[in-house]
Amino acid sequence: MIRLASAGSNPQEILRPVRLSYVAVTLLVALLLNLVSLPGFLQLLRPDFTALTLIYWVVYHPRRVGFLPAWVLGLAMDVADGSLFGQHALAYAVLMYLAILLHRRIVMFGMRHQVLHVLAILAVAQAVMLLVRLLDGAQLPGPLYFAPSIVGALLWPALFNLIRVPLRPRPDADAV
Amino acid sequence: MEYTAAPFFKRGPSLFIRFAFFCLLSIGVLVADARLGYLHLTRQTLGAVIYPLQRLSALPQDVAGRISGFFVTQAQLERENEQLKRQNLVDAAALQTQQTLVAENRHLRQLLGLRERVPRTAIIAEIVYAPRDPFTRRVAVDKGSQHGVKAGQAVVDHIGVVGQVTRVFPWLSEVTLVTDKEQAVPIQVLRSGLRGVTFGIGYDGTLELRFMPVNADIQNGDMLVTSGIDGTYPPGLTVAVVSNIERNAAYAFARITCIPAAAVNGFGQVLVLSGDQGFPQNVAADKAASVNPPKPRKANE
Repeated sequence: MIRLASAGSNPQEILRPVRLSYVAVTLLVALLLNLVSLPGFLQLLRPDFTALTLIYWVVYHPRRVGFLPAWVLGLAMDVADGSLFGQHALAYAVLMYLAILLHRRIVMFGMRHQVLHVLAILAVAQAVMLLVRLLDGAQLPGPLYFAPSIVGALLWPALFNLIRVPLRPRPDADAV
Repeated sequence: MEYTAAPFFKRGPSLFIRFAFFCLLSIGVLVADARLGYLHLTRQTLGAVIYPLQRLSALPQDVAGRISGFFVTQAQLERENEQLKRQNLVDAAALQTQQTLVAENRHLRQLLGLRERVPRTAIIAEIVYAPRDPFTRRVAVDKGSQHGVKAGQAVVDHIGVVGQVTRVFPWLSEVTLVTDKEQAVPIQVLRSGLRGVTFGIGYDGTLELRFMPVNADIQNGDMLVTSGIDGTYPPGLTVAVVSNIERNAAYAFARITCIPAAAVNGFGQVLVLSGDQGFPQNVAADKAASVNPPKPRKANE
């Protein structure tokens, strides 16, 4: 299937090969973004960048990230967040499963529909965490609990383009 | 899209099997941590591994602080200097009276045959970041077990009680704020001397003074200070100010809401107080407990 390349957000453009080190760096930067303290209200809206980046790699380069790195990242998030040990790990396992299951489908959609898919995956991952915490005896959080998923999904197009910047083919010097 | 060749033969376990394996592993870890209390070491190790990231994440905040500090105006500095000088004068006067009071207190305690209070040491720590877990109210501070911080120690700032250290990593520790759900602080009403316990509400940054009779002598604006009977918080530290009282004769207890005095939502420096109060061991209770271990009870609201 050939689509006219509308520069920017064409999900099927041809990219340079992805190095594992680049995947690792993006995931570490995402983890770092999750840790940065934000003032007051923004803290409630901050999306889970690690989850978002994981979804990107799984959807567009499904053989680059496996379950194990995602799971270990989840444990790292749990330590950093001081949440229950294994809570993020479980959520990321669910997220990986959904993303791998849907990845062939997601790439066929345009950006707007991709956002909806990502929203669903992020929300399910958050719902898993909510369930774990409720089983542990936490009280129901406010309606803003799912706001990070919505913000994360809205950031999907930006993340998509940002991660791809180093992957786009450089203009060929030998081209006639 | 992908340049690496796909495996020619389908190898390895199927997607669902991998998913199920990691789910079960997560649930195992969850149960081991939350119910059985194992995996302390694993958490510590991972904590040490991600420590550089945690420090790095505090960098923007530091840089922002420095930049805003660089662009402060002369007038602002002068005003602040003036204010600090005035505060210093007030504090100096209070300190002088306090020195005589300390001497007098020691003398009186000797006369009455009471034990002297153990002086506390404190470690200055800085709040590094606030974790994004929406279910709890915690902050991470930049001192850990390597600096002598232990779980259970009280944390205060220049106004009042911030919270309690609940988890210690080698170079970081987690402080549960007084506004966290079910975080209890034994208090005393400064005006009337009435004792009670405040509990954090959890979702809105306020405290609740529970189990106070409807006719208890409490007014709006009453200052609540630590009573010191728990052995964690030293007596006399400001905890909260009463902000709202609902007295309904239909209920046994009044509903009292308080606002924390310390800057529990801010980022700044805090003091971690050493926990050793030199309490005598409760030998009788320990013996009874070891002979007949009591069932752990859940706190009922």
